[in-house]
Amino acid sequence: MLRDEDRIFTNLYGLHDPGLAGALKRGDWSGTKDLILKGRDWLVEEVKNSGLRGRGGAGFGTGLKWSFMPKPGSGRPHYLVVNADESEPGTCKDREIIRHDPHKLVEGCLLASVAMDVHTCYIYIRGEYYNEAQRLQAAIDEAYAAGLIGPDACGSGYAFDLYLHRGAGAYICGEESALLESLEGRKGQPRMKPPFPAGAGLYGCPTTVNNVESISVVPTILRRGSAWFAALGKPKNVGTKIFCISGHVNKPCSVEEELGIPLKELIETYAGGVRGGWDNLLAIIPGGSSVPMIPKSICETVTMDFDALREVRSGLGTAAVIVMDKSTDIIKAIARLSRFYKHESCGQCTPCREGTGWVWRMMERMVKGNAAVEEIDLLLEVTQQMEGHTICALADAAAWPVQGLIRHFRPEMEARIHQYRDAAQRRVAAE
Amino acid sequence: MPKLTINGTEVEVPPGFTILQACNQAGIEVPHFCFHQRLAIAGNCRMCLVEQEKAPKPVASCAMPVADGMVVHTNSPLAQKARKGVMEFLLINHPLDCPICDQGGECDLQDEAMAYGKDRGRYQEAKRAVREKDFGPLVKATMTRCIHCTRCIRFASDVAGVPDLGGTGRGENMEVGTYVEKALTSELSGNMIDLCPVGALTSKPYAFEARAWELRKTESVDVLDALGTNIRLDVRGQAVMRILPRVNEDVNEEWLSDKGRFAVDGLLKRRLDRPYIRRNGKLVEASWPEALTAVADRFGKLSGDKIAAIAGDLCDVESMLALKELMVSLGSANLDCRQDGAKTPAAPRAGYLFNSTIAGIDKADVVLLIGSNPRQEAPVLNARLRKRYLKGGFRAAQIGPAFDATFPITVLGAGPDVLQALADGAHPWFETLKGAQNPMIILGSGAVARADGLAILELARRLADAAGVVRDDWNGFNVLQRAASRVGGLDIGFVPGAGGRDLEGILDGSSTGAIEAVYLLGADEFDTSRLGSAFVVYQGHHGDKGAARADVVLPGAAYTEKNGTYVNTEGRVQLGRLAVYPPGEAKEDWRVLRALSEQLGRALAYDSLPQLRQHMLSQFPLFAQVDHVVPAPWLPFAAAGTVSAAGFSYPIDTYYMTDPISRASPTMAECVVSFAPNPQSKTGTHG
Repeated sequence: MLRDEDRIFTNLYGLHDPGLAGALKRGDWSGTKDLILKGRDWLVEEVKNSGLRGRGGAGFGTGLKWSFMPKPGSGRPHYLVVNADESEPGTCKDREIIRHDPHKLVEGCLLASVAMDVHTCYIYIRGEYYNEAQRLQAAIDEAYAAGLIGPDACGSGYAFDLYLHRGAGAYICGEESALLESLEGRKGQPRMKPPFPAGAGLYGCPTTVNNVESISVVPTILRRGSAWFAALGKPKNVGTKIFCISGHVNKPCSVEEELGIPLKELIETYAGGVRGGWDNLLAIIPGGSSVPMIPKSICETVTMDFDALREVRSGLGTAAVIVMDKSTDIIKAIARLSRFYKHESCGQCTPCREGTGWVWRMMERMVKGNAAVEEIDLLLEVTQQMEGHTICALADAAAWPVQGLIRHFRPEMEARIHQYRDAAQRRVAAE
Repeated sequence: MPKLTINGTEVEVPPGFTILQACNQAGIEVPHFCFHQRLAIAGNCRMCLVEQEKAPKPVASCAMPVADGMVVHTNSPLAQKARKGVMEFLLINHPLDCPICDQGGECDLQDEAMAYGKDRGRYQEAKRAVREKDFGPLVKATMTRCIHCTRCIRFASDVAGVPDLGGTGRGENMEVGTYVEKALTSELSGNMIDLCPVGALTSKPYAFEARAWELRKTESVDVLDALGTNIRLDVRGQAVMRILPRVNEDVNEEWLSDKGRFAVDGLLKRRLDRPYIRRNGKLVEASWPEALTAVADRFGKLSGDKIAAIAGDLCDVESMLALKELMVSLGSANLDCRQDGAKTPAAPRAGYLFNSTIAGIDKADVVLLIGSNPRQEAPVLNARLRKRYLKGGFRAAQIGPAFDATFPITVLGAGPDVLQALADGAHPWFETLKGAQNPMIILGSGAVARADGLAILELARRLADAAGVVRDDWNGFNVLQRAASRVGGLDIGFVPGAGGRDLEGILDGSSTGAIEAVYLLGADEFDTSRLGSAFVVYQGHHGDKGAARADVVLPGAAYTEKNGTYVNTEGRVQLGRLAVYPPGEAKEDWRVLRALSEQLGRALAYDSLPQLRQHMLSQFPLFAQVDHVVPAPWLPFAAAGTVSAAGFSYPIDTYYMTDPISRASPTMAECVVSFAPNPQSKTGTHG
């Protein structure tokens, strides 16, 4: 259990003033100038030492990512792009941060930029977050007005500009290179890697793309020290994380907790437990729609961190916990996700463009049971043909939920098929 | 140089190579659809996946740069499986309508499906269909067949320089199209047909005409502009069914202009297939002996100063040489191969060549266009200029009216006054030109086809000398010719001899009666009404302006129907080859002239094409250097007169109709209608 004094997002629920005055009260922007003056190397080292792993889903070390940026003096501008295109179904952590604690993000942008010799930072926010964009822009304006950012950020002499860019609402624009394409004004389609953004990103210049949450926790880490952050959670899975619990729980909520908290404890403590009691649990998608689900048996013991969830062949993803009780038509639930990925595939790579549609259509038949049992294997094979064969990970994200379904609920799928057959036979017999 | 291991063989390749390029160098074929060596890398078809040791998943070889010590397997089970998966995905929504698809037999998807496809589909859902799209009169779009490789999009935006095409929609609803339905506005659009790996983009005029395996292939050169694009003539029976480009890195890379490709149907229309003699004001059919006798009767009885000959734009060197020698033997010096009135003299050679060579554009960093619109005069050369622009560090300026260029170009002015200022060093752009590493001046054929053409030429030369455009290792002085026959004609001296008349003189003489007989060798592009009452012989292949005015018509062969030598604008000698025989009673042009010389009692000294070529080589040894460019020495130009103030204008009004072949082509006629600047909209009572 996270102690209250260790919470980073102390206004996660919007009970206090989200504006600059409130943020100052909560300790934001305190000593920022000193942190800036400690210099680039110290900042990167401190974030590295904190063990912070990217909160966007992949869990790549944030400090390590920053260290990939070229040293100053390359002659090209460096860019920091903050990914606020939070579109993963079930995820609403960045939304809460932007709504209620936007100054943590703005300050984080400044400090991260100093760490990477960035003087221009962009925040790419999804188009649907209209009110959030307004709130964030207000925070940016406040920070400019107060001299916290701008030509002389916090009086440190560091010039820093922060721009907010609203996307048009494509899920794929949350993929970092598609986001850069979109930011440059082109069709949001992921780029080939290499080159990686740290070498050639926005406008061909060195760029780092970070998640809102990763950036927002940076100021607190720097103020309280990397050791404090590293002491929270489990080894290699340190620090706090905002979990978004939705679905069949009594009190859906977003909550900041230590990484490595047992899933059951998380749900029982903060979300009021599963609807109808723990025994009514069917399965949980622990990290947003793109990770494979885990059935109740695994949910009993698994802890919520990158490595433990990987071990049970799922993932922490964005830590969006989607709880499904026994009233759920699990096949239909996954079919809905397949439709989502079919709709959001950018259409660039063959396996994803063609595969997502194929998978969705098969899943729709699986929902009815209008299929042959062997087609479950075909479905699995199709998802494997998609997985890992594309430029970005959207094909993987489309494949995994279906693979999770087949892995854990194959008997249900077969039963549905038999049921459909029997019903059809009965209809014939009755005629 | 990084060393890597491909399928157990160590390969050393230059740094920056991709795995696919390394595989090609090692002779290992990796299937691919979206990759094309002349286009940007997209990496989206995923067909070229290979296994790279220590990589977590298969990598797209087209985009992955090689690294030292890399171990790659192109045919491992993992790579095979990945490709088979991709192939299955490509085929699930492909209509598999090969029997009615024009790409059948030369389709990459068909070929690769033989290697990686299954014998039956596992896809049971409904296939996607895409609505018909209209890409204009040249390119037929069947987008249901599209595999979204985006080659056409990249070609349009990068090579052709027209942002016409793009992908709209997402996922399986993505469609390649023109956003708003319209015709493709590039003069190079036909190349998208070649690039399309499937049957999504096919040739509209050629639709359902022939199958690839029925065609006999002849390698030749294009004559509809002066670039000498290397082409392949695909023939069935006695008809050239289509024309495709051949790869020649020094000339056309692998592009072909739309006129060169699609005017092919003009070869079957309005042909002169038998001799005609004008009787009572009307051309009536005649036999060869009658026609030759009629010509010989007039020409034989006139003194040399009363006869003249004009050679057209599509003539081969051999026939021009035969005509020249015939005229000389008749005592006439009234010869001209510059039917547009160009003043470029036949010497020095550097004064009418594209001296930098076409490939030299890749090295240029500053280009000044003088009275030239390369997009219309030589679209493939224009693509090369754009390619150079995309590489960066390139500046272009022009003197002449603004046009729809495919690369940024600064307009310095419209007339020779700017050129004068530049030559005097009094214009700010002079320093740009002077400071350039490899500066280029491109003088349009229109700029010298005016009364003061010689002075313009001289002025451009003064600028070239003053700005250091010509060095020992670089000649940036270029004349961009438009007529395929021009350089060859000037090379053999098909220009007025001592005391002879040039085009203007011949036409003046004809109207005053000083010239009594004119021999037109495929010459149509001048004002034939100025021929006055002269006796006109037209030898050529199309019933165009020249034939309409002629008193005797002698049917000749088009460029696809004869073996002939052509010299392109950079002075490259190339051979056109016979793919079909001339229609009806038409004959190869040199044979007609040989027969006429016999009739005139002044038989030319050759009885076969090899003999004629031997004779040609003995007089002009440079024709032995086939396919090569012999650099022309930078000798002084002829003395010039004064420059008039009139602004430059471009010689081409309608790109799609510039010569007898394209004027006869129904496809080109459709293009003219489609691409007219202000197309007349059809009304309810139309047709």
